[in-house]
Amino acid sequence: MKSFRRLVYPYLVWAGILIVLPMLIIVFYAFSTQGNSMIPVKMTFDNFARFFSDSIFLEVLLRSIKLAVITTIICILIGYPAAYFIAQMSPDNQSIAVLLVTLPQLINMLVRTYAWRGILLESPFSPEVKVYIGMVYNFLPFMILQIYTSLSKMDPSLITAANDLGCNDRKAFLKVTLPLSVPGIISGITLVFLPAVSSFFIPKLLGGGSYVLVGNLIENYFVTTGDWNFGSAISLIMAVIILLSMYLTRKFDYDKEAI
Amino acid sequence: MKKKSWFSRFYLVLIMAFFYLPIVYVIFFSFNASRSLTNFTGFSLQWYQKMFATREMMESIYYSTLIAVIATVVSTIAGTIVAIGLSKSSRLVKEVVTQVNNLPMLNPDIVTAIGFMLFFSTLNIPTGFGTLLLAHIVFCIPYVILSVMPKLRQLDDNLAEAALDLGCTPFEALYKVIIPQIKEGIVSGALVAFTMSFDDFVISYFTTGPGINNISTYVYATTKRINPSVNALSTIIVIAITIILIITNVIPMIRARRKNDEKIA
Repeated sequence: MKSFRRLVYPYLVWAGILIVLPMLIIVFYAFSTQGNSMIPVKMTFDNFARFFSDSIFLEVLLRSIKLAVITTIICILIGYPAAYFIAQMSPDNQSIAVLLVTLPQLINMLVRTYAWRGILLESPFSPEVKVYIGMVYNFLPFMILQIYTSLSKMDPSLITAANDLGCNDRKAFLKVTLPLSVPGIISGITLVFLPAVSSFFIPKLLGGGSYVLVGNLIENYFVTTGDWNFGSAISLIMAVIILLSMYLTRKFDYDKEAI
Repeated sequence: MKKKSWFSRFYLVLIMAFFYLPIVYVIFFSFNASRSLTNFTGFSLQWYQKMFATREMMESIYYSTLIAVIATVVSTIAGTIVAIGLSKSSRLVKEVVTQVNNLPMLNPDIVTAIGFMLFFSTLNIPTGFGTLLLAHIVFCIPYVILSVMPKLRQLDDNLAEAALDLGCTPFEALYKVIIPQIKEGIVSGALVAFTMSFDDFVISYFTTGPGINNISTYVYATTKRINPSVNALSTIIVIAITIILIITNVIPMIRARRKNDEKIA
């Protein structure tokens, strides 16, 4: 069966060219500027210096992180009770509820956001609130499903045991259910925070161009102004922030498990 | 306890109302007689007529479906082959492939997307249908590998060895022994690939060329002005997905029931 090993080799070439190389090209663009006719490209840190020295860019970055953090928190606060209540239903109702949560997600995200645009068109909400509604709407199902999965794996006799040992319902929840559902919350956070930081069509469709996020900046530099070097630098900064925060959340998760 | 269950039901109904509000809204206003998205002035099918008459709209449905079907078939076959190879590979190769596959899965879509865009422009490849399809195949394969791998780990190596001892060629062993046992993983991988491709906006937006739009990029391009035909398009997507879900969920349920009934009889 060792001969099957060879089946991987073409993919190594494929992935090297179509996955790794594009990332390297982004890095190359980020660290260079377009030169003149004599020297076509110049390696430089200018793109990064420009980003970190201008308060407008930092403001956009902070706004994106803030939006993603608040969206994630709202999704946990609204999603946790929902997941908890679903997990307490009869098995048949549970699968129906899960199907009902999944169904809207199968409909194109752009189509759903477009619908919200119509609903919120003449509402008195500020662009910021509209963007938050759209974000929570799109990402809440991920959170509910992740927390539900970890809750449904839990052995119900643990709660009975906690009750027998003198915990009231509230204490049993805080000491048993909640800690056991932390892995679900963590994977929910990665599924919500990650796409939320980089989203650009939800703020554009619902915020009406007045609410600029990092994703919109990148889109602008690639599609409108055509400054690919600076656009690449912004993407690289965003990718590093996201990978770092994912690494930290996962590390937090492992540390908890170690205890 | 009674009071609690009343509250939990109320809470879940509210959540579902939130999830289904935009869907109901879109269906409702797709039958509106006027352009307005806030006042319903009367029943009409004009937006459906306009939708069928707009060539770009019909083309976007065609391209979304075509690309999703081709990307699913190609990435499912390729992903399964790679996963089988990986299950026999050294730890180093496994680790390298996993880390590389993580790149498009963990990176924000927009970073993967501009990576493709810069790649195609560096190699002077004109963007269009081909680049769009290639990008979709590239980002679908890692998801197929991810769903097939766990099934392969559960596989008993001795079965394939036995098949070889009994005179099967390696290809026959693969086809007759390994594939049937990992079928579930392959099917779920194909489903993930199809939904990822059919729903994708960000990667399509940066890798497609002039004149080629899928549903997502078409909707994005038309949102500058109000276009109620998009509601008609959305309604048709909602109906199609609901029918597919009913077929895939209800038919197995009926079958399972019938089997149970037969057992009882």
